[in-house]
Amino acid sequence: MRDESNKAEKATQGFAELDDPNLRGALGEFKASVHAWSDAAYSAARTAPARPAIAWRRTLAWALSLVLASGALSGAVYERHHQQALAQQQHQRELQLEHQQQMAAQQQRASEAEDLMARIDSDVAREVPTAMEPLAQMMTGDGGVQ
Amino acid sequence: MEAGIADMTMQTASGLAGTQLADADFSEVVATHRPQIFRFLLASTRDVDMAETLTQECFLKAHRNWSGFRGDSSVLTWLMRIAINLQKDHWRNRRLQFWRTTRTNAVDVDEAGDWLPSGERSPEQQLLARERVGDVWRALEKLSGRQKSIFLLRYVEEMDIAEIAQATGLSDGTVKAHLSRALGRVREQLGGRA
Repeated sequence: MRDESNKAEKATQGFAELDDPNLRGALGEFKASVHAWSDAAYSAARTAPARPAIAWRRTLAWALSLVLASGALSGAVYERHHQQALAQQQHQRELQLEHQQQMAAQQQRASEAEDLMARIDSDVAREVPTAMEPLAQMMTGDGGVQ
Repeated sequence: MEAGIADMTMQTASGLAGTQLADADFSEVVATHRPQIFRFLLASTRDVDMAETLTQECFLKAHRNWSGFRGDSSVLTWLMRIAINLQKDHWRNRRLQFWRTTRTNAVDVDEAGDWLPSGERSPEQQLLARERVGDVWRALEKLSGRQKSIFLLRYVEEMDIAEIAQATGLSDGTVKAHLSRALGRVREQLGGRA
């Protein structure tokens, strides 16, 4: 116990300007803590160099970067392929629609032509008005006049 | 002619002897001060790998400039000055190389506070001490780089104000002002617990 208090006294002997015992104690403990950590780290650094740890972390960082880069690249390729497929489908749909529209327009034109022909036929086939009946009776079957 | 050659040989021999002497001196400097420089850099960065790297760089730089050291300050103060500048350069470069920030191995303040010297303490005392050390680390996080360095030089390395002023290149008054602000922060942080 006496040894412990001697240590604490020794740790704070340079802090004479500090009048707050709480602060003095905290700084003494802080100093002792830093010294303990440094002593342990220094002897560990002497016996085993930190290089393998750095090399291991570096390898891991490289591997992760590689995975991320390849992921990003394959994502981009997939996205591009998907966009192309979508664009192709859209183009085909547009072509089909255009074809259907052309067919519909063609049918409409055909039906209009038939209607017109029917109208003309009906006009041509219309009966002769009653006022013209005497003249019509004078006509022979081959278009001549009796 | 022979006398000239003899002179040159003598000069070369004395130069070599001087270099060997300087190397021997420097080896002693490394053996004496390396743990202290490492401790300061570890407390500044909370990163064992970085502290080790910066310590090596510090002594490499010191070795290159060893012949230029005139002894205006103590060797430790001179080494601390190199260490502080290296640390500043390191953080400046790191800020520019933003992608390197992900590679920091700094431990968090709670983990740093777990280190306590082995002693005959009750579990309650150990817990209290751990919490107080954690509070000091948390207060240090809120300080500027300069205030943190000054605080560590004073309360971990126990350097006096004049030595800190030499190591940081500041005046005594500025060092005292920074120290007072840093202590204020620590007191504030501990206040909640006192």
